[in-house]
Amino acid sequence: MSDNPVGSPMNQDLANRDSQVDLEKRNFLLATSAVGALGAAAVAVPFVKSMTPSERAKAAGAPVEVDISKIEPGTMLTAEWRGQPVWIINRTDEMTAELAKHNDQLSDPACEVTSQQPNYCKNANRSIKPNVAVIVGICTHLGCSPTAKLQANGDMGESWTGGFFCPCHGSKFDLAGRVFKGSPAPINLVVPPHKYLADNTLLIGVDTEEKA
Amino acid sequence: MIEQKKSALAAGVDKTVAWVDERFPLTSNIKAHLTEYYAPKNFNFWYFFGSLALLVLVMQILTGIFLTMHYKPDADLAFGSVEYIMRDVPWGWLIRYMHSTGASMFFVVVYLHMFRGIIYGSYRNPRELIWLFGVGIFLCLMGEAFFGYLLPWGQMSYWGAQVIVNLFSAIPFIGPDVSEWLRGDYLVSDATLNRFFAFHVIALPLVLLGLVMAHLIALHEVGSNNPDGIEIKKLKDPQTGIPLDGIAFHPYYTVKDLVGVTVFLMVFSAVLFFAPEMGGYFLEANNFIPADPLKTPAHIAPVWYFTPYYSILRAVPPIFNSQFPGVAAMGLSVAIFALLPWLDKGAVKSIRYRGSLYKKWLAAFVVSFLILGYLGTVPSNVWGQFGPWLGGADRATVVARIFTAVYFLFFLLMPWYTKKDQTKPVPERVTG
Amino acid sequence: MKKIILLLALLPLFVMANEEVALDKAPIDASNHESLQRGARTFVNYCLNCHSANYMRYNRLMEIGLTEKQIKDNLLFAGEKVGDTMKVAINKNDAKKWFGAAPPDLSVEVRARGADWVYSYMRGFYRDDTRPTGWNNTVYDKVAMPHVLYELQGEQTLNHETHALELSKPGKLSVEEYDTLVGDLTNFMAYMAEPAKQQRNHLGWFVLLFLGVLLVLTYKLKKAYWKDIH
Repeated sequence: MSDNPVGSPMNQDLANRDSQVDLEKRNFLLATSAVGALGAAAVAVPFVKSMTPSERAKAAGAPVEVDISKIEPGTMLTAEWRGQPVWIINRTDEMTAELAKHNDQLSDPACEVTSQQPNYCKNANRSIKPNVAVIVGICTHLGCSPTAKLQANGDMGESWTGGFFCPCHGSKFDLAGRVFKGSPAPINLVVPPHKYLADNTLLIGVDTEEKA
Repeated sequence: MIEQKKSALAAGVDKTVAWVDERFPLTSNIKAHLTEYYAPKNFNFWYFFGSLALLVLVMQILTGIFLTMHYKPDADLAFGSVEYIMRDVPWGWLIRYMHSTGASMFFVVVYLHMFRGIIYGSYRNPRELIWLFGVGIFLCLMGEAFFGYLLPWGQMSYWGAQVIVNLFSAIPFIGPDVSEWLRGDYLVSDATLNRFFAFHVIALPLVLLGLVMAHLIALHEVGSNNPDGIEIKKLKDPQTGIPLDGIAFHPYYTVKDLVGVTVFLMVFSAVLFFAPEMGGYFLEANNFIPADPLKTPAHIAPVWYFTPYYSILRAVPPIFNSQFPGVAAMGLSVAIFALLPWLDKGAVKSIRYRGSLYKKWLAAFVVSFLILGYLGTVPSNVWGQFGPWLGGADRATVVARIFTAVYFLFFLLMPWYTKKDQTKPVPERVTG
Repeated sequence: MKKIILLLALLPLFVMANEEVALDKAPIDASNHESLQRGARTFVNYCLNCHSANYMRYNRLMEIGLTEKQIKDNLLFAGEKVGDTMKVAINKNDAKKWFGAAPPDLSVEVRARGADWVYSYMRGFYRDDTRPTGWNNTVYDKVAMPHVLYELQGEQTLNHETHALELSKPGKLSVEEYDTLVGDLTNFMAYMAEPAKQQRNHLGWFVLLFLGVLLVLTYKLKKAYWKDIH
């Protein structure tokens, strides 16, 4: 295509060729775009994954072993797992007996929201051992850590039977971490995956079903 | 039915584009810079490196953002945080190697891009400003490389920064104060690392992006040069106003550049996956030892892309006990590229139509650049010493002095030899 | 011009030829898990008393075929967790007082010195009564570190005429056994210096293969468009 003026036979020819669909162009354009898009997606994967928890974060968030032999009945111990407070409460028999009595005041007494506890804790006491409760101490409303009010009555009033009170927005929970009706928190506190390595040794962060 | 759907979709797209066009010059910009930007049809191999430089820039910015998420600009933590990226961050090693390989490959493509500009006279009227913006980009890039090299906080990082910052103290009168001001301390320290980080990740990248924009705007204003050094805008189709030797950048050069990009990515990947240290030229062994202000490594050399200038620094002897001439010569060896548009008095732009005199000088320049580059990576006693007849001088130093002279003469004598050169006639239209 | 370029390309070869100390080639094989495991054991038992490997996590050793239980039972002695890095109890300042230099972290030692250097160094200790520790080294003259593995290797002395090392008092291991031990140790340290290396090389082939396919397509695409030009 050197000095041909417009309208000359050669340019007509070019114009005709353009009006027809050029299959060669279209096929290779589609193939290159498809393979190129695949490549771009593959390159994106490492970049996205680089923002997930690193080996250091995973090591810091590894399961925690806790010796529970020193927790007197009616008291609790706060362990740390993945940077969160985990309460381990050694409930007295009176406390566990009380749990069944106020079901009508709770939003979810039977723990129907399954994401809030492992299956082996979906029972009346929300625990493996009836007296030992293991609960993540983070309010399900906006993430504050509720204050322990383990004893009945006290500054919580006449009807209080022991539990937790969130200072931020006043959510109330019983000694199994179940939320009382009328609290801003929508669901019960979380029971983390845990298991007993020995009678008094608790491993928080690993399920019985999972291999250690 | 399908036909109808298709046209409904097309109409929707058209409507959206029209909506945007009323508020933002989208279509007109796509036309001006891609579909109706006419580039000479005779671009060859050398014309891949501009788009490749842009590609590497984008890669460096992307990988840099992700590295910044994990890196710690703290003298106590920096070295460890790089190893943390290499080991603990998922895929961190890949992102870090992309960035470190990208740094060296940036200079590879930019040097080749600059060489293209030199051999085809792309800096000549009317493209002086494109060239000047380009020199600015090159300077910025050197700054990026220098500041970035301190960040891993290894021995080479530390002592390289120490030496280069101390170069400024050779400036008469204000020198020592300038060095101290740059460091923010009496030696390279945490304060230096912290500010170099700021320069590396935000200050210089902003300047760099601005200069790249200016480089491209200026280029698209006057149009691309080509291997024949002919202005294609002089001969246009009288009806369409399109240059007879021009073809639309998109699709023709976008599809062609895709081939170049793929080949480049293959070279890049080969280095990244099989030789990220590149025999110690891209990542130096001594930089795997944490910075130690009390112990200088036995042999320190800058990274390969700085070695020609470093050689020039070492080659110039102190005058009146002052290191300043060496430092000045090194600065000048980079800055002198900016004068090319005014030093070249040749009747033609492209090397294709130059005479043998110019070609000989260019060859001498390339050889001296390479030899100086090599000498900068080795100690000055590498070739032993001359006998007493030359005062027992280091052989390598004498060679570096000769080639430093050749390097500068290429520029300084250019007005003379380009004018005297026997050029060949330039054709009307581009060739092959 | 071409000749000069060729000469330049060959230049580094001449320079490389006159390195100072001749180093022995280390038997590096990242795919030999048994060697790596033996090396890890030697490293933890001997090196990790003074030298840390602060960037290396114990649980990463699962990559070289160890199970979490094996790591716990055989490599962890002081109540570390498997996710911990290889820290060392020794105080840096004490160490500096005792040896005159703080023992460096060994995570990336092989990348700094080279595998051959480590291999030769660990086999290069000899008796030298002029040194405070009683030991010197052919690879690292006047080194501050004593010969930690001397019970295994025995004692070497340097023949000052031939500059060769001679075994003057045999140790628990034969020369071949000792060389294998140090070879495994070096192999492990090379792995530890860049644990992702195997993955990197492996992935590289897939990336190149993919780009090869893409190159064919982009080249055909370019040809399809450019048939209009010329």
